[in-house]
Amino acid sequence: MKKEEVPHDKKIIHGEDNSLVKVLYVTNQEGAYETTRYEGWEAENLAMSQAWEDIDEKIARTLELVKKGELSPIAYYMEKNLMDLPTLSSYVGSWKFFVKKHLTPQGFKKLSPKKLEKYAAVFNISVEELVHFNG
Amino acid sequence: MIIDNFQHQQSAHCESGVTLGLLRYYGIELSEPLIFGIGAGYFFGHLPFVKVSGVPGTTFRIWPGYIFKRVCRELGVKMQVTSFSNSGKGMQALDRALAAGLPVGLQTSVFYLSYFPPAYRFHFNGHNLIAYGKEGTDYLISDPVMETATRLSASDLEKARFAKGFPAPNGRMYYPVQTKSSFDLPAAIRRGIKKTCWFMLSSPPPFFGVHGIKFLGRKIKKYPVKLEPRKATLFIGNIIRMQEEIGTGGGGFRFLYAAFLQEAAQHLNSPALLEASKEMTNIGDAWRNFAFAAARVMKERTGNIASYDELGEMLLVLGEREKAFFTHLKTLV
Repeated sequence: MKKEEVPHDKKIIHGEDNSLVKVLYVTNQEGAYETTRYEGWEAENLAMSQAWEDIDEKIARTLELVKKGELSPIAYYMEKNLMDLPTLSSYVGSWKFFVKKHLTPQGFKKLSPKKLEKYAAVFNISVEELVHFNG
Repeated sequence: MIIDNFQHQQSAHCESGVTLGLLRYYGIELSEPLIFGIGAGYFFGHLPFVKVSGVPGTTFRIWPGYIFKRVCRELGVKMQVTSFSNSGKGMQALDRALAAGLPVGLQTSVFYLSYFPPAYRFHFNGHNLIAYGKEGTDYLISDPVMETATRLSASDLEKARFAKGFPAPNGRMYYPVQTKSSFDLPAAIRRGIKKTCWFMLSSPPPFFGVHGIKFLGRKIKKYPVKLEPRKATLFIGNIIRMQEEIGTGGGGFRFLYAAFLQEAAQHLNSPALLEASKEMTNIGDAWRNFAFAAARVMKERTGNIASYDELGEMLLVLGEREKAFFTHLKTLV
């Protein structure tokens, strides 16, 4: 890529500037390589905002299901922390099979105080916030 | 404490950047392109069954840790590499190394690195950075993808080093313990090029190397038939992100490699490598065109079969082009 063709498109995600000034390898007028700095490119910005839209929708959908009593608050905080089932199970140190149960309201009710503490610590919230969930 | 003569330098890519920073501290001055090329970092792979959040994995680089290991071996640098099962011990070991005046490379998750813009903070555990001091409860951090040196609280650094998931960093830390004053740079460059030719041409089909590019091309053509439009655009978007967003120096490391070939041409006194560098730049431009076209398809969101066909075709052409390129490059070294 030629230096004069480098795009400078700011990355606006969630209405805020999320640009990261990065190094790009470009050719100068003599065709020699040098580095330049840039904040983003329309194509990559679009790909990133699409990925976030997908995440945000998943969080919103899960929140609805928690409010309806179909899923436990753990399901919501898992999505909110961008985790999937394998990641969350390795954080709390339980088999996926058990964590899956904790995502249901029935399984959640049976959790020991110790396990609740573990989940709260992983999500960086208090046990209180986890148990008395109000979105 | 702070290691005074440690200099931060921004790089395109974290692993080659950390290697550069650590080696330079010991007087070995190599550019990022040379490190990337000698470390044989160039690659392609598409693994439809390895999914992250339901999206198949695509990579434009060799597996994490390879560049670093290879460069050290080529230059006769001995590294002390340690992992920990206990986070407290891992943090103490870091403090001891810093107190001994050693800048330390660390493998971390990106999720806990508070100095990144929030939208970048995913559970990606293959990041690398250098700690070069500690002030109060803050560590002084030289993260190669950041413009300037930065700081991180001890608790964030501990979380980042001992993040769970795949691949778990387990507090991995590393620093040089012995360096050689002289090494055969032209030979190291030649071997790096040969290795990359091998990776690209002789990796097992269909997932890796030039086969992998064409394999992905064929897959993309089927996206509108096999996937719902929403999913298809997410899959396409992920390729763009791997190619452009995560510190690749642009065009999925292709420009970084072209810069390497340009430097290699000087060190090996080879005009043919200079020509190869130009073709690599053109290949990088073609990847940028692919990303641009892919973004347009994403924007349409219609799942238009013709446009996916066009994208797939671009990759089939790129696969052939890289095949011709590396077949020729192999004869130059």
